[in-house]
Amino acid sequence: MSLRDFFVAHKSDVLKLASEHLWLVGVSMLLAVAIGVPLGILLSRRPGWKGLVLGANNIMQTIPSLALFGLLLPVPWLGARADRLAILALTLYALLPVVRNTYTGIAGVDPPVREAALGMGLTSRQLLWYVELPLASNVIVAGIRTATVITVGVATIAAAIGAGGLGEFIFRGLAMVDNNVILAGAIPAALMALSADLVLGLIQRTLVRVHH
Amino acid sequence: MSDSAGTAIEFVNVTYRTNGNRSLISGLNLVVRRGETLMLLGRSGSGKTTTLKLINRLLDQSQGQVLVDGRSTVEWDVIRLRRHIGYAIQEAGLFPHYTVMDNVALVPRLERWDAGRIAARVREVLQLVGLPYDQFAERYPDQLSGGQRQRVGLARALAADPQILLMDEPFGALDPITRAELQHEFMQLRKTLSKTVVFVTHDVAEALMLGDRIALMDAGTLKGMFAPAEFLRSTDDFVQPYVNAFRAGQQIFNSGD
Repeated sequence: MSLRDFFVAHKSDVLKLASEHLWLVGVSMLLAVAIGVPLGILLSRRPGWKGLVLGANNIMQTIPSLALFGLLLPVPWLGARADRLAILALTLYALLPVVRNTYTGIAGVDPPVREAALGMGLTSRQLLWYVELPLASNVIVAGIRTATVITVGVATIAAAIGAGGLGEFIFRGLAMVDNNVILAGAIPAALMALSADLVLGLIQRTLVRVHH
Repeated sequence: MSDSAGTAIEFVNVTYRTNGNRSLISGLNLVVRRGETLMLLGRSGSGKTTTLKLINRLLDQSQGQVLVDGRSTVEWDVIRLRRHIGYAIQEAGLFPHYTVMDNVALVPRLERWDAGRIAARVREVLQLVGLPYDQFAERYPDQLSGGQRQRVGLARALAADPQILLMDEPFGALDPITRAELQHEFMQLRKTLSKTVVFVTHDVAEALMLGDRIALMDAGTLKGMFAPAEFLRSTDDFVQPYVNAFRAGQQIFNSGD
């Protein structure tokens, strides 16, 4: 059976697993941004915490994903549903690039710009919203972009603990020694990563242009 | 103590130490009269910029008091204090993502002026610093020359019509011709505006040309207060090197033709 025939024959399976995959990635990324951006802002206000937070995040990244999924499995509430657990693990992985880039973007604002803003009487909050976040936005989006591409890839491992997603095809294909089945998971996942990269890349370029 | 009506800013026995406990300013007593332009002159590291930042509380003194309009700066709401005082710095510090219009209009907007008043005021201050509104309002800082950026920085500092203006080597990074141009215009501007100006410089000629009085600083202390003519006549050991440097510059200039 050719790869094309396989896709046609298993169209509904492919769509179901792709949408599961999208769900895992989408929810994890929403959480990673919702936690990571404020955390990055906090670090810019309390640079003393930088070593601790970024260090902890770095260690997180070094844990192999399969091991992390396995380690979290016995945790009571989490282990009850595989997708819950997968989303937590993926969020933890996505966090580092988001936190780091948010911090780096804000720290990268030209010191005279910050000094002038404070000297003119902007409050700390106004400084953040009117000056720091707009100027850091393309660096922050770059972090979200990296994190999204990584998450699309790591999410294929989630199938190993039964959380679904395109990884199911990959693991099934490995077990069956059937390249078509592997590719049925790998190709849509790659396309998903590429399109996320493309879209976020476009947003990033728009932001750069807005700031000249 | 001097009468408070004629005093805009006063330093009473002010000491500033860094977190590392290094003294940058010690025992500073200084009066800035209302409406005058006071030049803080000194070498790098003499405490000029620190002194300036103690006025708008970008730094807080370790000891003593800084009074602005008769009130200690620690009694002021810090945001109100800063909006009451214009601030222009060497690199201008323009917001690169804002147009000239938005840069200049920011403080009036934060102060909730109505749109018509803001538009009129931006037009007025841009005119004042020699930038026609129609030509410059919509430009971004990276579409301006260094001199134009400094003009916008000055316009922005003037936007909310503060009575006090702090200027930290505003012309320091400009080429000599542009600097001379801006210095000349600033002299004119000073007459029409009647603001109290505290101006940091390490350039003797600039201090002599722009100042009503010169405060000479060294190693965080005040070495003396002079009118420009007094400064040139002074035989003070601290003043001499400055006067010599200034005269040497003039001699080279005179022997050049």
